[in-house]
Amino acid sequence: MSIPADLKYAKTHEWARLEADGTVAVGITHHAQELLGDMVFVEIPAVGRKLAAGEECAVVESVKSASDVYAPVAGEVVAANSEVEGAPESINQDAYGAWMFKIRPDRLADLDGLLDAAAYQAVVDSDAH
Amino acid sequence: MLKQTPPNRAHRHLNAKMVDFGGWDMPLHYGSQLEEHHHVRRDAGMFDVSHMRVIDARGQNVRAFLRALLANNVDKLAVPGKALYSCLLNEAGGVIDDLIVYFMSEDWFRIVVNAGTAEKDIAWMCLQRDRLAPGLDLMPRLDLAMIAVQGPNARGWVWQSLSGTRVATEPLQPFQAVEVAPYFIARTGYTGEDGFEIMLPAEQAETVWHVLQAHGVHPIGLGARDTLRLEAGMALYGQDMDESVSPLETGLAWTVDLQSPRDFIGKAALLARPATRQLIGLLLLEKGGVLRSHQAVFAPQGEGEITSGGFSPTLNQSIALARVPNGVAVGDTVEVAIRDKRLAAKVVKYPFVRKGKACYRDS
Repeated sequence: MSIPADLKYAKTHEWARLEADGTVAVGITHHAQELLGDMVFVEIPAVGRKLAAGEECAVVESVKSASDVYAPVAGEVVAANSEVEGAPESINQDAYGAWMFKIRPDRLADLDGLLDAAAYQAVVDSDAH
Repeated sequence: MLKQTPPNRAHRHLNAKMVDFGGWDMPLHYGSQLEEHHHVRRDAGMFDVSHMRVIDARGQNVRAFLRALLANNVDKLAVPGKALYSCLLNEAGGVIDDLIVYFMSEDWFRIVVNAGTAEKDIAWMCLQRDRLAPGLDLMPRLDLAMIAVQGPNARGWVWQSLSGTRVATEPLQPFQAVEVAPYFIARTGYTGEDGFEIMLPAEQAETVWHVLQAHGVHPIGLGARDTLRLEAGMALYGQDMDESVSPLETGLAWTVDLQSPRDFIGKAALLARPATRQLIGLLLLEKGGVLRSHQAVFAPQGEGEITSGGFSPTLNQSIALARVPNGVAVGDTVEVAIRDKRLAAKVVKYPFVRKGKACYRDS
């Protein structure tokens, strides 16, 4: 599966999408869900929580193991996707559609510090070796 | 370099997600572990378990040797083909391995042990053989592969796939085996479903795998094998027990024969050290995560630990086996530490699932 060119990525396998309203939607990548296997539990940070960049803020658990999700940029959580919490398998079905939470970033420019699709592809490729 | 089982090429051809399982290159799943799990509960699936080790014990005094070697009593095996589950104990009563022994004739018993412990087991068995029954032959059968076909329709699929096996294997009771050359077919398994475990010449394993698949039997990886056995409440060596633990504290007292006057390795230690802990089943009552091995369990009687935990696809709920102090009883509510939270779990009598249906008791 190709890596969407319009998203930004963290090397810890989160994707970030700048929305029209200036917030940033966050999920985990297709590659991450493939590594973890069938999802059975998702925990999403509470709306209003302030996050530092790189802070552990969500958890995904598959049949195999638990994995932390890190905030790709600093900011405040302004939305949590309860549909994904109720249906963790949606991450397996559509990793880039199943956003987990939205952050209002402290500095929009922080997004530029994340990886683009080509750089994230390199991370995925190095995982394969 | 990882060791490969005979059907390895078939797994790779199916694009299985391969993992290093105790030094063996094994399939974790072939796409979706959850679907594979459900498929075994609802129809049938096949597992490559060729990494497990078959050991043939041959000689005039095999039964006497096994009577001293094993915690369960081989004198329960009266009918040829009958199988017995047993622990192999050290002198301290710790579990070296758990195994199945098949009584084929008075001069031939077949033993099947776990993959990760096979070398250690064989060394121990040979040591005891030299002491108790010199001259007895213990032969690891590296020339054999093993394929388990499990599920409510498993036997029918095998009969359709392997011609000539039906007549000999239809009369088999659970925990009974028969030789149908070139196969050795046992009505045993590790899923809580009906089915067979088929031992066969390694060079035929890939072909038989393809034949079963062509007849509609789905390949199932080790991931689903683990969730199936956990639902079935079957202990996993290395996780639920090891050499530091007594079988009496692993829910395996039913396999330890302390009644008969027979002596066996580890018996004195077990009698001298009554169990103070027990293995229980847990059902997670709250949202907040998945029960996993090594999580701490808190009960009024003291602290314990989850030995095997996971998500039960059949119950759609997280379940676990845990070792806790005596006194914790079925129906109690305990707390489990998951990350920074303590979540409530109900103590239940396992198995959780048998033959596709929930079967645990919670009061």
